[in-house]
Amino acid sequence: MMIIEQLLTSFIASAAFGLIFNVPKRTLIHCGATGMVSWSIYMISTELSLAAIPATLIAAFVVTVISQLFAKLYKTPIIVFSVAGIIPLVPGGLAYDAMKHVVQDQYDIAVQLAVEAFMISGAIAIGLVFSEVINQLIRKTDR
Amino acid sequence: MTSKPISSQQITQTCLLAGKIILQNGGETYRVEDTMVRIAAAYGIEDSQSFVTPTGIIFAIDGSSQITRLIRISERSTNLNKVSLVNDISRRISSGKLPVEEAYRQLQEVDTNSFVYPAWLKIIAAAIASGCFLIMFKGGWQDFIPVAITGGTGFWFLIKIHRIVPIRFFAEFITALLIGTISVLLVHYGLGNNLNKMIIGSVMPLVPGLHITAAVRDLMAGHLVSGLSKGAEAFLTAFAIGSGIAAVLSFY
Repeated sequence: MMIIEQLLTSFIASAAFGLIFNVPKRTLIHCGATGMVSWSIYMISTELSLAAIPATLIAAFVVTVISQLFAKLYKTPIIVFSVAGIIPLVPGGLAYDAMKHVVQDQYDIAVQLAVEAFMISGAIAIGLVFSEVINQLIRKTDR
Repeated sequence: MTSKPISSQQITQTCLLAGKIILQNGGETYRVEDTMVRIAAAYGIEDSQSFVTPTGIIFAIDGSSQITRLIRISERSTNLNKVSLVNDISRRISSGKLPVEEAYRQLQEVDTNSFVYPAWLKIIAAAIASGCFLIMFKGGWQDFIPVAITGGTGFWFLIKIHRIVPIRFFAEFITALLIGTISVLLVHYGLGNNLNKMIIGSVMPLVPGLHITAAVRDLMAGHLVSGLSKGAEAFLTAFAIGSGIAAVLSFY
């Protein structure tokens, strides 16, 4: 039940984000699907007691692979799909917690949380870069 | 390449218009350069140079008639539909199916038409997205409606205030302030339960996801200037949201 609820909400949230970013109408479903896959990978990895940073890395990697496939298939700029897929991974909750501890003058905890949020953003970036590099390698060997 | 010679003036104009539309609507910098060079090459100009930053485009073509032109980009928004449409046009130009006059006309059409979803639809989308994020962050369903209302109101307010206050950072700060206040009030009057989850959920529609992705892709493609400045923009937005929420929390 919880899994279905999570899958459904991540699908709707990503598609809604696509709408906010004005993606073409025909790609809304794909945006939702990318977001859903990204969130389910993140969730499953953390359930398997993987830390948040590697879980984000894997999810971001898969998002970019899927986005590249969609981009090639539908001849649409890749950013349309990857944006929607990345959104659920953004460490909003951690950043919020960090901010809250700053306000409460607990700077030690705040810095810890902020560094973790920063590392997760870095993991998203590395996930994006990594699959991009692999894609370029594949394209080069194809030729 | 083509039977009848096309004036380089016309080609430059077409390239610049395509680049301008992509850059103004949230496309990546490398896509702008790539598209302009591709269009120029398709019309027989092999040697063209472009330099693109988030705030301007310099485009130059070599050859018999040299032209260099500069376009300043002051207004930027997010409309991936337009980016996608220009991408389609540039694809057709590359395959040689589109004469330059027709391409320019079609680009102008893309530029002037808005191709946006109506504002009310976006506000509803923001509201629903906020609610869904609440559930994703393991909040309770009883907070779904309050969060949706807060998130929707916040997004509506951001659109409104952005027209009055052109400084983005400030508009986002005030919006975060509003979202925080509404959430605190809702919890205070017993309409919401978990304040933390509620604020996180309703702030999500403001998160600079597109800027983060575009910044990383630009950095990767070697556009250091654009990548860093887009990253700075994303950081500023995140900072504005964070400080707005922090201001509310410090009073609460």
